Amino acid sequence: MNLGVRQRADWIPLALTAAVALAALALIGNPSTWVTLTVAGLAMGLLIFIMSSGLTLVFGLMDVMNFAHGLFIAIGAYVAASTIKVFSAAAGADSFLANLGAVLPAMLAAVVVAGLLGLFFERVIIRPVYGQHLKQILITTGGMIVAEQLIHVFWGPDLLPLPRPSTLRGSFLIGDMAIEKYRLIAVVIGLAVFAGMLLLLNRTKIGLLIRAGVENKEMVEAMGYRIRRLFVGVFVAGSALAGLGGALWGMYQESVTVHIGASMMVLIFIVIIIGGLGSVGGCFAGAVLVGLVANYVGYLSPKIALGSNILLMVLILLWRPQGLYPVSRQ
Amino acid sequence: MIHSVLSGDFPRSRVLSVALAAIFIALALAPFLFPGTRPLDVAAKVCVFILLVASYDLLLGYTGIVSFAHTMFFGIGGYGIAIALSRMEVGWSAIALGTAAAVLLSLALSFLIGLFSLRVKAIFFAMITLAVASFFAILASQLSNVTGGEDGITFKVPEILRPAWRLLEDPLLGVTVGGRFITYYLVFGTSLALFLALLRVVNSPFGRVLQAIRENDFRAEALGYRTVVYRTIASCLGAVVATLAGVLYSLWLRYTGPNTTLDFGIMIDILLMVVIGGMGTMYGAVIGATIFVVAQNYLQEAMKAFSDAMKGVPLLPDLFHPDRWLLWLGVLFVLSVYYFPHGIVGQLRARLKKASTK
Repeated sequence: MNLGVRQRADWIPLALTAAVALAALALIGNPSTWVTLTVAGLAMGLLIFIMSSGLTLVFGLMDVMNFAHGLFIAIGAYVAASTIKVFSAAAGADSFLANLGAVLPAMLAAVVVAGLLGLFFERVIIRPVYGQHLKQILITTGGMIVAEQLIHVFWGPDLLPLPRPSTLRGSFLIGDMAIEKYRLIAVVIGLAVFAGMLLLLNRTKIGLLIRAGVENKEMVEAMGYRIRRLFVGVFVAGSALAGLGGALWGMYQESVTVHIGASMMVLIFIVIIIGGLGSVGGCFAGAVLVGLVANYVGYLSPKIALGSNILLMVLILLWRPQGLYPVSRQ
Repeated sequence: MIHSVLSGDFPRSRVLSVALAAIFIALALAPFLFPGTRPLDVAAKVCVFILLVASYDLLLGYTGIVSFAHTMFFGIGGYGIAIALSRMEVGWSAIALGTAAAVLLSLALSFLIGLFSLRVKAIFFAMITLAVASFFAILASQLSNVTGGEDGITFKVPEILRPAWRLLEDPLLGVTVGGRFITYYLVFGTSLALFLALLRVVNSPFGRVLQAIRENDFRAEALGYRTVVYRTIASCLGAVVATLAGVLYSLWLRYTGPNTTLDFGIMIDILLMVVIGGMGTMYGAVIGATIFVVAQNYLQEAMKAFSDAMKGVPLLPDLFHPDRWLLWLGVLFVLSVYYFPHGIVGQLRARLKKASTK
């Protein structure tokens, strides 16, 4: 079992994450700064988790690596920006509910459009190259080139503003600890997505089939289930989640460019390699670890912050060459 | 004679032979055939990219591994010589030292990456190289006291390579024989020699093993070839040639910056060139790089004319906006991977084969 739940759970990676956080507390010294950094790291990690969970499941299930996954992130952010523009009255209002009336449609639109695009992408780009890794890498990279250019055609080449509604700005002050509101929201949404995914994977028939498919595809097919249909579903869900992540990330940065996807891809790859390709639990642990380390190191010594993710990846692969939660495969 | 120069690997298609000969003559006589600064810039860029794409083809087309770090090695070459020439006394020893240091760094890096990730699947290598290359690009733009940051480094070259220097007092056949002329032939000659060397490598027994690994690594391993070793050597070799290409390019531009060498866009360009030209053929690099660089410089003008003519029609002017030329090459790329996996060269050769079996 690779999800870190129920039987013989492997707690070492989670303990490692906690140890990293405690070590950071000792190094930083100031508890209120530490809380701010930890919340920021968790928010970043959970947003990365939302974006990368689909990619790792798709790989686990069908051995397909989609190098154009960043495209769904970019599309989500662009669609959210356009939707918020439509609901600009609600987004500009000073009440939380009115703001929600703008943010929710934006997130919904991002999810739907990214999901539909995922359906199209799976059918047109990925289906012809099942089982051929080299061609997958080439064709999905090609798909990303074309799609980025098409985004330029429809939205223009310039930076697009994606203003955060007014009540989502600023921070809560608890004592002398400042916690940015939006980061808290990101943490809540990220945890909700993770919980929903665990429930789906561990408590439903579909989840059982997906988990079985990751471990032994042929056997599931021999039992009479169409793994390909399952795969399309997972691919679409993963794309939709990437769209959601893109919308949230775009609102976090308050602006969108076409490079948002490609720049996130690097982090996403690091996260799913750290987690163990194909493992959702590993992806979660890896994302949180990457988010926390990036924020701690960025505070402690900004000079090596750039390399911290690569260094983390190298260290973890030296410790567990298959990632934190290796997927057992027949 | 020709047999040994081309290592017995002939174009095997009449159209291809003519095209290759035409490109060779055009590049060899570029200063005489196309006077002016811009055409000579294009010709030098074609030379460098033929070499760069050929070295990438060694990895992608012959060994079957996808690396996204090729521009990193290209950049190491460019920065190596730029840092040496801007810090040391300008001269050939600085060039030699910068090149040597860059080659050693590239060798060490590609060896490490290879050892670390070539044991596992192709996908793993692609992901790791992508991460490392993007890290390197950020590093280069952040360490501004060494690399000049986003501005890059403009540097002086040895005197006989400077534009103002003259070898002959009078123009030869209407061409001034000076620093630019000599630099061009330095770039052309080195690129040609290294390209022929790569052609030799892929047609050697070593190259055959690489192709065997590409076709079926399990079987190659079973035959007793240590695939990790061969893959790592191929990846180191590709890295070294890419580094030398970077040295040549920055010598020609007298400038190195993130946008000319390390940009991810250049990695995409290399992929486009190698796939459209033809993977696993070496000559594909020549065709692909020539078409791409010429298109980059001249297609945009044609698209601008078309876009202006389509004014008033919805969407079309945007689709054919001069900045969208990469869109059409991207479409061509996707179609090539599906329908012509061996690119233009493969198509030309297949036509010949079909004609001869009739």
